[in-house]
Amino acid sequence: MTEKNIQKLSVQGVAKYYDGLPVLERVNLDVEKGAFCTIVGASGCGKSTFLRMLLSQERPTRGEIFLDGIALPEEPTPDRGIVFQKYSVFPHLSVAENLILARELEEAPLTGKLFGSSRRSAFSDIGDLLEQIGLSGAANKYPAQLSGGMQQRLAIAQSLVKRPSILLLDEPFGALDPGIRLDMHELLLGLWKDLDMTIFMVTHDIHEAFKLGTRLLVFDKIRHDPQAPEAFGATITYDLPLSAPEFGAENTSPEVIAGTISREKQLPLNSSKSNLS
Amino acid sequence: MRIINRKPSRVAALALGLLPFVATIVAYMVASHYRRLDNPADKLLPSLESMGQAFWRMAAVPDRRSGDLLLWVDTFDSLWRLGTGMAVSAFLALMLGIAIGFIPHIRSSLAPYLATFSLIPPITILPILFITFGLGEVAKIALIVIGTAPVMIRSTAQAVLDIPREMIIKAETLGASVWQMITRLVLPQVLPKLITALRLGLVPAWIFLISAEAIASTTGLGYRIFLVRRYLAMDVILPYVVWITLLAFLLDRLLLLLSRRAFRWHHVGGDAL
Repeated sequence: MTEKNIQKLSVQGVAKYYDGLPVLERVNLDVEKGAFCTIVGASGCGKSTFLRMLLSQERPTRGEIFLDGIALPEEPTPDRGIVFQKYSVFPHLSVAENLILARELEEAPLTGKLFGSSRRSAFSDIGDLLEQIGLSGAANKYPAQLSGGMQQRLAIAQSLVKRPSILLLDEPFGALDPGIRLDMHELLLGLWKDLDMTIFMVTHDIHEAFKLGTRLLVFDKIRHDPQAPEAFGATITYDLPLSAPEFGAENTSPEVIAGTISREKQLPLNSSKSNLS
Repeated sequence: MRIINRKPSRVAALALGLLPFVATIVAYMVASHYRRLDNPADKLLPSLESMGQAFWRMAAVPDRRSGDLLLWVDTFDSLWRLGTGMAVSAFLALMLGIAIGFIPHIRSSLAPYLATFSLIPPITILPILFITFGLGEVAKIALIVIGTAPVMIRSTAQAVLDIPREMIIKAETLGASVWQMITRLVLPQVLPKLITALRLGLVPAWIFLISAEAIASTTGLGYRIFLVRRYLAMDVILPYVVWITLLAFLLDRLLLLLSRRAFRWHHVGGDAL
């Protein structure tokens, strides 16, 4: 990790404070291109905050984040795509309109809307994409008329239209049924391989984290003050390389690793108890 | 079965809905009948028949002095004032509401001012308006605008603030400029809420319209009912009140219909109001 070559993403000594209280402290991380990092941790440990900082939705209180060796811009840009748990797609646009929006914004700087033949060609260009995410039949429906899984498929597809080099996912499948989740895993892994992206995904589900990731990041507090539980922030306590997801990860089962983690450090993985209000 | 679990059929619901209206009319007719038994020339509770005749006179018989059909002249003038005032208010609500809701620096500079301004009772401004703009149309329209715009601007700004931050972030990651976010994200999300604000704003707008017409006007629905009040002409006033109510109801329904037609996405997830 300390070679001189430029990492895809480099987090150096980042801390984040809210109202003077630390949420994250001394976070250091180097991620190579094409990694699939899954991020787990107790709720309130700052993993979503970390993701928001990667998106430039929030700025670190201390430290710096470098993307391809350059400091992150101060606001969200098209080189980093995002899928939230909800509100990711635009409710006033149909499925197809959601997908052509990025192109419309690019080609029509003044109105942000295409008309006539250029609009028709934009629609016909997304046919394959609609097919791939299984929404061909729902192209003219509004998001409110879709199931949760369909909405998230749309959200993922929409976030990839600009071909971001980094895709950020904030508990994207948290609200979905287990069966639907499996389909979404397939879709996401396929897209990850096809598009050569670096992915960061926050999840509550440790099985999902092991299944999808090439690298597992565990956020937790390393210092505890029982008198003042807010005194210290969380950092990355475990950084586990995982075998590539297509090989089935037989050697390291989630239970084994989760078990050793919790024996060693009493790590509240997947626990709803939070040390941070 | 418990009464909370019993639901009326469609016919029963319609009948139940009509019941209070019919009861009011019947009660009026009975009261009117007994008053006219005592005094056939009673002006306070005229018969439905004489009200119908008065209404017909206003609507279909040209006025002897001006030759106009007074009801239609009054209705047209009042609706023109109301419509112009509400159009100006809606325009202000969109421009200022989006600017205040979307751009923090404008919000910091205008929101406290607007909050203060909206607390001025609009009617207290009316004399100032009459002095400034004279007794013509401008003063009446200005009263409607002053009375409705501040609340509409604030509710539009709130509607912009209510857009989930996630959507705005998402638009940024899709490469949208601020202007594009306004045209493609904020405006479409806010327009249906502007219609709701218009529907709610129409209630005070009618009050200001009738007040302004009552005080200084030569036409209009408000002018007419306050004019004929001098002759205790309840046979004109009561039908006019019903007519004004009907107009207000139709305007409200038209706006709802417009919202359903134009912003179908807003109504797919269940309806409000």
